[in-house]
Amino acid sequence: MNEYILQVKNLKTWFRLDTGTLKAVDDVTFSLKRNETIGIIGESGCGKSVTAHSILRTVQNPGKVLGGEILYDDGSRLADLVNYKPDSREMRHLRGREISMIFQEPMASLAPVYTIGAQMMEAVMVHQDKKDKMAAKDACMEMLRAVGMPDPEQKFNSYPHQMSGGQCQRAMIALAMVNRPRILIADEPTTALDVTVQAQITDLMKRFQKEYNMSIIYITHDMGVIAEMADTIAVMYLGRVVESGSVKAIFQNPLHPYTRGLLKSMPVLGNKTGEKLNAIEGNVPVPLDPPEECGFCSRCPNRTPECGAGIPSLKEVEPGHLVRCFHV
Amino acid sequence: MRKYIVKRFIYMIVLLAIMSVFAFVVIQLPPGDYLTSYIASLQQQMGEVDESVVLNLRKQYGMDRPMWQQYFLWMRNMFQGNFGESFQWRQPVKTLIATRMPMTIVLSLITLLFAYAVAVPIGIYSARHQYSIGDYVASILGFVGLATPSFFLALILMYYSNRYLGLSVGGFYSPEFQNAPWSFARLWDLCKHLPIPVIVIGLASMANVIRILRATLLDELKRPYVVAARARGLKENKMIYRYPVRVALNPIISSIGSILPSIVSGATVTAIVLDIPTVGSLLYNALLSQDMYLAGACVIMLTAITIVGTFISDILLVVVDPRIRLQ
Amino acid sequence: MALFKKKKAKVSMEEAMYMETQAQLIWRKFKKHKLAMAGMVILIILYLVGFFSEFFATQDIAKRSTTAISMAPTKIHFVDAEGNFSLQPFVYGLKQEEDPVTWRKYYVEDTTQKYPLQFFYHGDPYKLLGFIPGDIHFFGTPQPDVFFPFGTDLSGRDLYSRVLSALRISLTTGLVGVFFTFILGCLFGGISGFYGGIADTIIQRVIEFLMSMPSIPLWMALAAAFPSTWSSLQTYFAITIILSLIGWTSLARVVRGKLLELRNEDFVTAARVAGASDGYIITKHLLPSFSSYLIVNVTLAIPGMILSETSLSFLGIGLTPPIVSLGVLLQDAQSINTVSMYPWMMIPGLFVVIAVLAFNFVGDGLRDAADPYK
Repeated sequence: MNEYILQVKNLKTWFRLDTGTLKAVDDVTFSLKRNETIGIIGESGCGKSVTAHSILRTVQNPGKVLGGEILYDDGSRLADLVNYKPDSREMRHLRGREISMIFQEPMASLAPVYTIGAQMMEAVMVHQDKKDKMAAKDACMEMLRAVGMPDPEQKFNSYPHQMSGGQCQRAMIALAMVNRPRILIADEPTTALDVTVQAQITDLMKRFQKEYNMSIIYITHDMGVIAEMADTIAVMYLGRVVESGSVKAIFQNPLHPYTRGLLKSMPVLGNKTGEKLNAIEGNVPVPLDPPEECGFCSRCPNRTPECGAGIPSLKEVEPGHLVRCFHV
Repeated sequence: MRKYIVKRFIYMIVLLAIMSVFAFVVIQLPPGDYLTSYIASLQQQMGEVDESVVLNLRKQYGMDRPMWQQYFLWMRNMFQGNFGESFQWRQPVKTLIATRMPMTIVLSLITLLFAYAVAVPIGIYSARHQYSIGDYVASILGFVGLATPSFFLALILMYYSNRYLGLSVGGFYSPEFQNAPWSFARLWDLCKHLPIPVIVIGLASMANVIRILRATLLDELKRPYVVAARARGLKENKMIYRYPVRVALNPIISSIGSILPSIVSGATVTAIVLDIPTVGSLLYNALLSQDMYLAGACVIMLTAITIVGTFISDILLVVVDPRIRLQ
Repeated sequence: MALFKKKKAKVSMEEAMYMETQAQLIWRKFKKHKLAMAGMVILIILYLVGFFSEFFATQDIAKRSTTAISMAPTKIHFVDAEGNFSLQPFVYGLKQEEDPVTWRKYYVEDTTQKYPLQFFYHGDPYKLLGFIPGDIHFFGTPQPDVFFPFGTDLSGRDLYSRVLSALRISLTTGLVGVFFTFILGCLFGGISGFYGGIADTIIQRVIEFLMSMPSIPLWMALAAAFPSTWSSLQTYFAITIILSLIGWTSLARVVRGKLLELRNEDFVTAARVAGASDGYIITKHLLPSFSSYLIVNVTLAIPGMILSETSLSFLGIGLTPPIVSLGVLLQDAQSINTVSMYPWMMIPGLFVVIAVLAFNFVGDGLRDAADPYK
């Protein structure tokens, strides 16, 4: 058995559009250890969500996974998910059972025309070899209770529009957890929720991680949440991982100028040094036919002529701490 | 839910009432009243008409009373099953309508079912394979379908089926079955006569449904719940039918409200061209000969089909959409 | 260095895009829509030909050729009976023969007489647009009664010339009808969206009511009520008004929807907070925001008008002779016998389809282009 349950290497997911090729994910590399959480952080549009969908092979047309490896170790053998077709039996078998996902907008991610129960039952029964309605219902009810859904019996027969955002997200988590997956991908699960509900949801995920020996890929743009949730962090910018390492390494010794910028733009409670909050200048460019240069060079404070000459590679500066910059 | 249905029901009744006023106005619109033309036709047939007969008729139809009283008299008669007399056919309007109404409803229903049966699969295909050759063919057909007046399509189909297939077109039955009692042979004869009118009337509606469905599905396919369902491990085909198509049923059903009037409209023109005995062609003849009581009754009947049809589609919507059901 | 310059040029181009007027943006996107461009070219040609139909026609539309009744479209030749090729096309004269068995009359080409076709010949005199006298015709032969590109109708009138003249009526019915529709739609939609409340509720109910009605029977009933003493011009306007009386609903919905949507837009609120007057907001913010939608919807409403007019006239309760519209011409093709014996009588219908298609393409192209930043 491998130390890592999931290793993503040089993943490429491109969208061929009329106007050019959108390189949404262009060389993403990270590894996820068993029972740990990796936080993927970056501004909107940097390719976080596309990375998540690439792992599940649910990238929407016209996007396609065009290269790299997604090595998944189910405990008995190692499979490269890039080799499977999106709608293949193997991929469908993994989805929802081995690897589950929860989404940014809980309300919109539940189909409006079916009850919560119907959608959960379907998620269970699609992976049952012998269809057993009773067992499926028991599993669903147990999970609804586990996520702390108020009045689970009644909510089982409720439609999404009859529930609050927080309840919907609990339902989404129950739906994702009902098959006890080994990996949970959480794509900004708390962005659309109130702050108090946010804390409840992250606590819930941490609890499940312990109870079910689960690994989590936590995608967010919120540095605060990531510090609390993650064991390791991968910082993404313009379709690439620009820095990755343990939480400690990233927060105490950030090496990439983008990571530093991100950390400086984060307010710290009780900070009395009088340092001003920093904004990273400029906007994230759109990776439509991007030039062969360091993606961050248009906004980088330490730019040199070298930066426009090519794409820097991901270098290991200390064990487990990787940085993509010419100047480290 | 019950409140919703009751509300729609009351709304339907109100619409029918307004419609009856409109039909009454139609009856009154032509220069000279109905009786003038009726008496004229009587005179033509039997020479001089006695003054007392005229007075009697005036009284019977309430012509000596104010307009609003005439309307209520007309309505009261209608509720008692008395729709007035058609002077052109020399028959009660009620009998004329009764013989044509069932087939008019059947024809509209079959056309509606046909339009949806063809349009739904095409719409789903077009949305799932956006910008594919099939999608282009479907949208070009849709454009042509919307651009061809139904009577013109009827003419073209008549020309070709007459010339190359030797089919008798027009009417519901071949002459030998016209007045025959019901039998399998007669039913089969009817089936042979139905395709052309059904295609002619249904084409534009089909094109409309394809457009609506394609646009809705394209929207729905991008929604997070579709991605979520896919991420749950469902087979793609099954997922499409269970989720986005199921959600798109709502706009499809509400489109009945706009499709049905256009089918009844198209059926009217087509029935005239193909000489099909429906209420539509009856209305046409009635209008041409200023047989206004008949015309008014036809207008009421035709609009009643769409109003009642829309009401039924509203009810269907309740069954299909929990968001309305649980309001 | 060269690379740097190129990049700069690109940026300024992008900047230029944001500074263009809305019309320029729409036009830029519209040009890319090939079907829409084709539709527009076709429409321009149809309108030009319709307006100057006397010039493009081969003869007077009322002239009856007693020697050529219900004649099929004339064949245009480049090679004559002896096999000689000439660059200038020509037609043969026709003579009538009779089938000895069925006694049916038919026409055969008389290959002894050749009539060359030419541009800008002197033919039947006309008054262009009703007042410019002339006798020059675009293309044909000065010899009368021999050249009928679309054949002749039951009383020997040239169908081609009549179709061109009908285009003018049919296409302008669409425009005039849409003009009334536009006024009614903006008025009721505007009241509904701007004032809201009871007015809105009433207008919405009326719209729902009109939309749930089968339009053709209603039009038929209304059109049948015209006094037969009305002149053709009166009937013409009455028909367009009737069409728009029932047709204004969808435009009113668009206007109302857009107004409601825009009323709550941040930029409108911002302008209001900044102290702009209602008039200023309406003219500077609201109108420019949805004038493009209005244009799109008006364009898409025209084909419906054309189709309705054609259907009504075809049934004999819309426009009536001596007005010549495409629907009036199609009246001749009403019976299956005429259609199977003289299929060219259906040609006017083709023009209806082409015109409606072209309008739909243009409308669709405009709709796509109306969201220029998308």
